[in-house]
Amino acid sequence: MTSADSLVTPTWRGDLDDRVGKYLGRSQRSLKLVRGQETVIYAMLIASGLFSLLITGAIIYVLAIETIAFFRSDGVTFANFFGSTTWNPLLGGTKSFGIWALVCGTMLVTAIAMLIALPLGLITAIYLSEYAPRRVRNVLKPVLEVLAGVPTVVYGFFALMTITPILQWLHSGFSVYNAASAGIAVGILCLPTVCSLAEDALQAVPRGLREGAYGLGATRFDVSVKVVVPAALSGIISAFLLAIARAVGETMIVALAAGSLAQATLDPRQQVQTMTGFMVQMASGDVSNYGTEYYSMYAVAFTLFIMTLALTMVGNIVRRRFRETYE
Amino acid sequence: MNQSEESETQLRSGYENDPKGPLASIQLLSGEPRRKLDARFRWLCVTIAAISVLVLIGLLGSILLQGVPSLSLKLLTSGPEPDPSEAGIRPAIFGTLWVCSLCALFTLPIGVATAILLEEYQPRNRYGRFIYSVIQLNISNLAGVPSVVYGLLGLTAFVSMFGLFGSRTSQGGGGLEIGVRYYDQFFSEGMRSILVPVSDPSQSVSKPVDGMQGIDTSGNPVALKVISIGDPLPIGDELQYTLFDDAEAGRITKKSWYHFSLPLGRGVLTGALTLMLVILPVIIISSQEALRAVPSSLRDGALGLGSTPWQVVWHVTLPSAMPGILTGAILAMSRAIGETAPILIIAGIVYISRAPQNLMDDFTVMPLQIFNWISRPQEEFHSLAAAGIILLLGILLSFNALAVLIRQKLHKPLS
Repeated sequence: MTSADSLVTPTWRGDLDDRVGKYLGRSQRSLKLVRGQETVIYAMLIASGLFSLLITGAIIYVLAIETIAFFRSDGVTFANFFGSTTWNPLLGGTKSFGIWALVCGTMLVTAIAMLIALPLGLITAIYLSEYAPRRVRNVLKPVLEVLAGVPTVVYGFFALMTITPILQWLHSGFSVYNAASAGIAVGILCLPTVCSLAEDALQAVPRGLREGAYGLGATRFDVSVKVVVPAALSGIISAFLLAIARAVGETMIVALAAGSLAQATLDPRQQVQTMTGFMVQMASGDVSNYGTEYYSMYAVAFTLFIMTLALTMVGNIVRRRFRETYE
Repeated sequence: MNQSEESETQLRSGYENDPKGPLASIQLLSGEPRRKLDARFRWLCVTIAAISVLVLIGLLGSILLQGVPSLSLKLLTSGPEPDPSEAGIRPAIFGTLWVCSLCALFTLPIGVATAILLEEYQPRNRYGRFIYSVIQLNISNLAGVPSVVYGLLGLTAFVSMFGLFGSRTSQGGGGLEIGVRYYDQFFSEGMRSILVPVSDPSQSVSKPVDGMQGIDTSGNPVALKVISIGDPLPIGDELQYTLFDDAEAGRITKKSWYHFSLPLGRGVLTGALTLMLVILPVIIISSQEALRAVPSSLRDGALGLGSTPWQVVWHVTLPSAMPGILTGAILAMSRAIGETAPILIIAGIVYISRAPQNLMDDFTVMPLQIFNWISRPQEEFHSLAAAGIILLLGILLSFNALAVLIRQKLHKPLS
């Protein structure tokens, strides 16, 4: 200590004092200003966060008031809307608004789509997660990404110009617009969704479980089907539900390929109209802005919104609530 | 203790009595059937994976087959003419450009700000946590809402604005407007077009009055001379400003580039706002993932140096998360480019022959033009649609390639 003290010369110390004084006396931003700035920014962030809540509120408000306007108009009754299978809003004197015709069309197309998307998507996900060598992954992943990024109007073109002729060639009973070709195209559209969500769920299963099963002499098939898939079941079911919601809400494919005749049928060779298809038909035609048929569009949209919202919410809840957690 | 020893000796004696030895009760499973099953499942997987590749090849192949013959420079330079050999997609390309850039301008700040709020600013109390969880749940639900529903929301909330500002009349006018002037156009007996400014566009088309002030085609002010049927026609220059008193005018508008009106109508701005609703959840979710990937040691370091929360976000977290945010934003924009249904609901199918000139101008976008062509019965239009699809897919694929490039170039391991 003493030696250090002796080293410090008076001029040196004076210089240091000077510099310290200058540093402490420098002009600083006032703390109040900084705090104010932080508060303003925080408020702006909260405002943008609340904007998403506003969107949901606006959707529900708009759909609700226009649906109420629909049920108030002449010739529309609850009994007709929920009890009839005849959807005939445009033609002639006998208008009928039976939502089941549209719901049935939507269900038919969705069922066909899911017959394709769910098994193929799940098996592709298992393959990608458990089996595929790196080289195959490097091909398959981009293919699925491209399939997921293709606009739906392109799938509509594909359904109308390629799938329908093939179906007609296989079986002469298919009409030009049919539920099967739209369903197949929607299935191809949903396949990457199912695959990537299910693969995420499978990847989240810890390695230890697999290693344990392999250690007991299990084959890859045993490990995938008896260990990994059950452990990831919540994620897989949620992927399925989200894919169903997507198929129910899919618009352009069914508008192009499924037809425009609303009928309650289970025959995939016939043309059907889905809820979304009806909305497109209304929007692309010249319909007056305030007639009953205009408001019926909102009533259909409300039904669609409730269906998809229920599916997405259940899907998200399943994923969060029933997730198996491993340490 | 005693009991268990006893039972053990019993067991042992049981085994010893069994001539086949202690492991007789265990059935050894042969590995053969299980390995066969495994091999079969592997083949099933490979087949199914091959199907998805084949589907992509089939999709692209059928489009190329139909579209390549129609690919020409005309496609890029002309409008949607009724004659398929003359038709092009130029107005739709400009419509897409306008709508998507505006949409990005609106969506990015709001989306990234929401993601920052949810990831970087922890809730301070129980109510805060509750609101955060509601917002988070709400965003994942919004991501699942079909885009047509957003179209209907746009139709009520933006196109007519709940009827708050009145509705447009058929002659124009109604609501609030700036940057637009209305004229009544007369054709004089000298075959000149004369524009008479209209002060109140909601009134009906004006009748010719003697001495009415108008503007001729070169912009000079002129006074109109009105004569009755049977009166002698004036000779010379005067003829050019002379009308019969039963002349009928047509209402025309001149819009400047800053033309703006409320309600928004079926214009470019409405399209951009509606698409914003569609892709906002996508951008929020991808930005959240990008922010979550930034290691917390970086934040802790900055906080330890005395940074305020916003300084941490602005100088540390946001720059490190930028590649991820940009990648997500580009992918969201490519979704916006391909989105058809909401645009169809708000804009309808209309004949648009030129690029939009201002925010309120009518527009069409590429997928909508393609949809229009597909739904026509003529073969030639289908081929044209395929050519449009090739163009659209080209744009989308280059966007995806850009996203991959950004992810690879800018992505540095942070921890």
